Amino acid sequence: MHTFRGYPRSSGPPGVRNYVAVIPTSVATAAIADEIADRTGSNVRSTPHQMGADPPDGAREQIERTLVGVGTNPNVGAAVVVGLGTERIGIDDVADEIAAADRDVETISVREVGGTTAAVGAGVERASTLWAAIEDLQRTECDASELRFGVECGGSDATSGIAANPAVGAACDRLVRDGGTATFSETPEFIGAEHILAERCVDEDLRERLLQRVDLRESMAELMGVDLRGAQPSPGNQEGGLTTIEEKSLGAISKGGTTPIRGLVEYAEKLPVGGGLVLMDTPGYDVESVVGKVAGGAQVIAFTTGRGSTTGNPLAPVIKVTGNPKTAERLANNMDVDASTVIDGESLDAVGERIYETLLSVASGERTAAEVRRLEEFAINELQPNELADIREAT
Amino acid sequence: MKGEVLGDLGLHMAAADNVVTAIEDLTAGDEIPYDGRVVELREDVPFGHKVALVALSPGDTIVKYGEPIAAATDHIEAGEWVHTHNAESKRGRGDVAATEEVA
Repeated sequence: MHTFRGYPRSSGPPGVRNYVAVIPTSVATAAIADEIADRTGSNVRSTPHQMGADPPDGAREQIERTLVGVGTNPNVGAAVVVGLGTERIGIDDVADEIAAADRDVETISVREVGGTTAAVGAGVERASTLWAAIEDLQRTECDASELRFGVECGGSDATSGIAANPAVGAACDRLVRDGGTATFSETPEFIGAEHILAERCVDEDLRERLLQRVDLRESMAELMGVDLRGAQPSPGNQEGGLTTIEEKSLGAISKGGTTPIRGLVEYAEKLPVGGGLVLMDTPGYDVESVVGKVAGGAQVIAFTTGRGSTTGNPLAPVIKVTGNPKTAERLANNMDVDASTVIDGESLDAVGERIYETLLSVASGERTAAEVRRLEEFAINELQPNELADIREAT
Repeated sequence: MKGEVLGDLGLHMAAADNVVTAIEDLTAGDEIPYDGRVVELREDVPFGHKVALVALSPGDTIVKYGEPIAAATDHIEAGEWVHTHNAESKRGRGDVAATEEVA
């Protein structure tokens, strides 16, 4: 059985990092959250985002679910929730839900504490106290089955479907065999490959839900009277040899591996532990999609790129895998695994094994290229009016 | 790698595919062995891009991974580059739906 050395949590699976999260409830406190994290130390991480104070119903629930999910990710040992005081998502609502997962939580209201300077001061003080309470936590031996592994692709090109994605898929197959959870998302990138995914669903209900979600994403383009071709594949994807969304999707789905699909969760919805391969319904924008999976509890992300993305996440290590030999060379400092060797003849299975070993060592504390360089992107998916209308219609 | 490498130049991912993916930057005149004959490149094709293995007519289905990925929008000869200039998606076509509604 495979193991890693993680941080045990009194509630839920172990973390692979041990952070205090500083979570703003709206854009109004994003800069304050950043400042608190920067001043307190490298184990205190902010999750700045652009959501407004008064999002419509539906959108608000998704944002709140994301904030709570982020605060209860296994990599987070304690949290500070920061609001201006006018947000419909209240700091206490978010803090209570995080506390329910047995995390110490503090709240700061900028209006109550007496302005931004006072909020930063109070935030640094509380984050320092929270950190002091968790900093002595020691890593212990944990079973690989307790990992939730999110896989993502961004800046795809023709090598993604040939090398990096199927190699990451081979790592997912290994984790699922060891009893863990692997998840991939980006529903627009199922278009043209959904029949293959549908065949792999474990039951009819799941199959129907999956096909319905793909239809919804495809009909959004039809609703607007535009086609996907300008954006999917993107101009960069096209330069890399991808002609259509069908071609991109057929390459993209291989990053989840070959095991049966056991579930489909909403954006930022909690992922099962020991759940096998599970899909998450997210948009195609990679930063938002990664955040959805981290909020769903993924401790580690693998991110494949052909053209060379450098993205990371403040709370979950992101393992960069490229199948493009030029990118492997030019962006060597930003890549963790070179899968371009597949094109020279290394077997997908052997590269999958290398990625799985990297996953376990990163889970045990080895830092990824994005972590070393503190490349941390964070964005929450905001449901648009037509999506909200679709959701209301479907429920 | 899944599929078969043809002449160290192209990757034929599934037997049913009528295109091959360049695994080098290819040059006009390069020869790709396929199905007991040789497909000669009619133009340069960059790494990662597709080459037609057979002649295709407008509307013909382009197959990669053993699955439909596009329809030809023009006559394509064997050895020609296949991309957005002569092939298009059949999915997520809100523009087509809008035109059909008007008509």
